Amino acid sequence: MVNRVIVGAHYGLKDWLAQRVTALVMIAYTVIFLVALGRGTVSYASWKALFAQEWMRFATLLFVASVLIHAWVGVRNVWMDYIKHTGLRLALQIVTILWLVGCAGWAMQILWRL
Amino acid sequence: MPDLTAKKKRPVWYNLSPLNLPVPGLVSIFHRISGLALFLGLLAFLFLLDSSLSSESGFARAAEYLRAPIWKLGLMVSLWAFLHHLCAGVRHLLLDIDVGVGLESARRSAFAVFVVSLALTAFIGVRLW
Repeated sequence: MVNRVIVGAHYGLKDWLAQRVTALVMIAYTVIFLVALGRGTVSYASWKALFAQEWMRFATLLFVASVLIHAWVGVRNVWMDYIKHTGLRLALQIVTILWLVGCAGWAMQILWRL
Repeated sequence: MPDLTAKKKRPVWYNLSPLNLPVPGLVSIFHRISGLALFLGLLAFLFLLDSSLSSESGFARAAEYLRAPIWKLGLMVSLWAFLHHLCAGVRHLLLDIDVGVGLESARRSAFAVFVVSLALTAFIGVRLW
């Protein structure tokens, strides 16, 4: 007898977990950002100095990566739920990936040219 | 003689208006709407970040944009979308670890999501405006 457990591709669980982990990263970044920003008015000098710090760039990189994964899982689920036409759904999913990767690339360019 | 026992075919009416959803259902659909709004707003945020970090004049230009009513409105909507998504997300994470899974507590926490996110939007919004 072949003792086989029937399982799926596991990507549902992976996505579920990724959604939670990236959410926690983004919550942590929000707190760090607000603390680092401090109170009072923000000037160009203090704004630039904030993002010029190496650790802040690293934290922002992790935040951007989290947004990328989190938004991909979320938006893809929305397309899967509401867009019944396969071709249109595929097109929207491709546009979503290009949009997110493009945004992440732009964010990196902004941070590392400082 | 007509058959009086035969049931007349009654029309089926589903009320799918989101306003008739229970509060947790409303939180859920607004979680989606706010998430999609934030996704679409990414470009505007990056535009502001790019401009504000480019130079002294770029920083002033970004601040100038945010003084325009249409950008301010966008900022307020984004603020609400962020706060609602955050509060609903925290509620989700708590539900995942079995906190507040009962029907009554789930309804109360869903109601709290709306109250807290709207109150914070008003509080921060007034200060930003």
